[in-house]
Amino acid sequence: MARTRSMRPGGGEAGELYESQARRIWRRFLHHRLAVAGGCVVILLLGMALLADVLSPHDPLDLDTTRRFISPLSRGEYMLGTDEMGRDTLARLIHGGRISLVVGIAAMFATIVTGLLIGLLSGFYGGKVDNLLMRFTDTMLCFPQVFLLLVLAAFITPTVISIALIIGLTSWMEVARIIRAQILYIKEQDFVQAAFALGASGGRVMFKELLPNAIAPVLVSATLNVANAVLMESYISFLGYGIQPPVASWGNMLTNAQAYFDLAPWLAILPGVMITLTVMSFNFLGDGLRDALDPRLRM
Amino acid sequence: MGQYILRRLLQAIPLLIGVSMLGFAMMHLAPGGPLAVYTLNPTITAQDIERIKQVFGLDQPVYIQYLKWAYGMFTGNWGNTFFGGRPVLTVILERFPATLLLMGSGMSLAIVIGMLIGILGAVRRYSVFDYLATTGAMVALSFPTFWFGLMMIFIFALKLGWMPSGGMFTLGGEEDVLDLLRHLAMPAIVLALVLVAQWSRYTRSSFLEVIHQDYIRTAKSKGLAGGRILFRHAFPNAVAPLIALAGVQLPWLFSGALVTETIFGWPGMGRLFVDALTMKEYPVLMGMVMITAGAVIIGNLLADVINALLDPRIRLD
Repeated sequence: MARTRSMRPGGGEAGELYESQARRIWRRFLHHRLAVAGGCVVILLLGMALLADVLSPHDPLDLDTTRRFISPLSRGEYMLGTDEMGRDTLARLIHGGRISLVVGIAAMFATIVTGLLIGLLSGFYGGKVDNLLMRFTDTMLCFPQVFLLLVLAAFITPTVISIALIIGLTSWMEVARIIRAQILYIKEQDFVQAAFALGASGGRVMFKELLPNAIAPVLVSATLNVANAVLMESYISFLGYGIQPPVASWGNMLTNAQAYFDLAPWLAILPGVMITLTVMSFNFLGDGLRDALDPRLRM
Repeated sequence: MGQYILRRLLQAIPLLIGVSMLGFAMMHLAPGGPLAVYTLNPTITAQDIERIKQVFGLDQPVYIQYLKWAYGMFTGNWGNTFFGGRPVLTVILERFPATLLLMGSGMSLAIVIGMLIGILGAVRRYSVFDYLATTGAMVALSFPTFWFGLMMIFIFALKLGWMPSGGMFTLGGEEDVLDLLRHLAMPAIVLALVLVAQWSRYTRSSFLEVIHQDYIRTAKSKGLAGGRILFRHAFPNAVAPLIALAGVQLPWLFSGALVTETIFGWPGMGRLFVDALTMKEYPVLMGMVMITAGAVIIGNLLADVINALLDPRIRLD
């Protein structure tokens, strides 16, 4: 898609070519039924996060120990039951989802920006810069992500932004490698050589010629990265170093669930279902996008 | 071959240096730096802090500190724990066998099952099985490991009572192999789930690439049996690139083991890490980060060497 766009000399005919390309991508995407389903669920989840205050039947923080462990579907007022402090599970799932998704999406942006910058510089300048940045990338890949996240999380005051940042700073390596490979390939194309020949500056070539043509893999990585970030947030919040109670996130709702297995299994089941559903939807969506945008990337 | 190994060893050195520099930087990023545990203690005066700084050499320039620390790391002098004052390296290595057992079983399980699914999927491409397997792999990749563990405990330990819910041995029972296996089964399966998904995906695509090559067609036209072609002719070539996958999976394996050990109360390195985190035992934390990163470097090196042993083409690159 993007490749056609920058080759477009301007004018109606090429504009139509662009249109048909977009339509072709759309058709290929629709063909991937699980990706379409994933996309629909993602839209629903985003809608739920946006409208959390409207949709939520109760205040997620409103506790009352006289109504602890009400089972789901038993009383009309608490459709999905209540937890160990008598808080409404449905309200906490909705608000927890908002937190988990905000962290996931913010972390994705941090990942993409870091990965894009390092991959772009590395691929564009090559030589020493490339060598240094790629060795740094290799070094970062040696650390198990959960270990790094937990150490960093123990150092900082956990907030939505700081959690998103440390997830981003520990997961950009794959993106950097993909972008670098893409840039190395595009750099050799005629239109980039032409831009150089016309005397375009390095920055201009990087951001006006190279970057727009690397959009397809970035879009795919971004989608898959939201999935990974949601997963990572749930890991560290579950272990007690992510989003702090009483604010709900799907991860920290599971922290104490093991203690109430017998009494209230729904407290252990529901948040996990939501995490899996979210991660799965983003994964399927990313997979479908990859197939639709660039069939050569298919594994 | 010797030359190839030497070259790969030399390439690992900058990685080790990079890892140690990042590790050192992280320790100094800690609130209060390496002295956090003392500065947070109200009974310790400013003079005491100064004295401790001198004892630890923290009044020296950063690069001297780094070199001293790196030398200590290299020679096995990893410092002592804040609480108990035991050598950090000993504390970590004590937990190593349990983690190795868990990671080894999880990995073996994943390789066997994942490869079987992958080969079947490649041979019966676009069949119902293939469709279910590829979709199932995607679903499995989306499971939070800790939640899968919780659900296993809920179903098989609490509801059905078939399996113990945690630990390595039954308390007060006889600590024999059978008891160990009963305790190992669920954590190993939980750890293996995501790996199975990856192995089946990579095996499938690797086999698909190989079984459409000319020499396989030749073997078929010679009238060889399908199973023989698959395992004698296709297998070696399809497996070679997968060995690198084992190396690449190592960081995830450590992360997965940490979470799995926490859920199942498995007394390994992951549990130690989480405990050290609550106690703010920075020397142990940093030691663990360094040891896992070191293991990842060595694992990848091994994978490359094995790969080069099997496939002479790689050595010539």
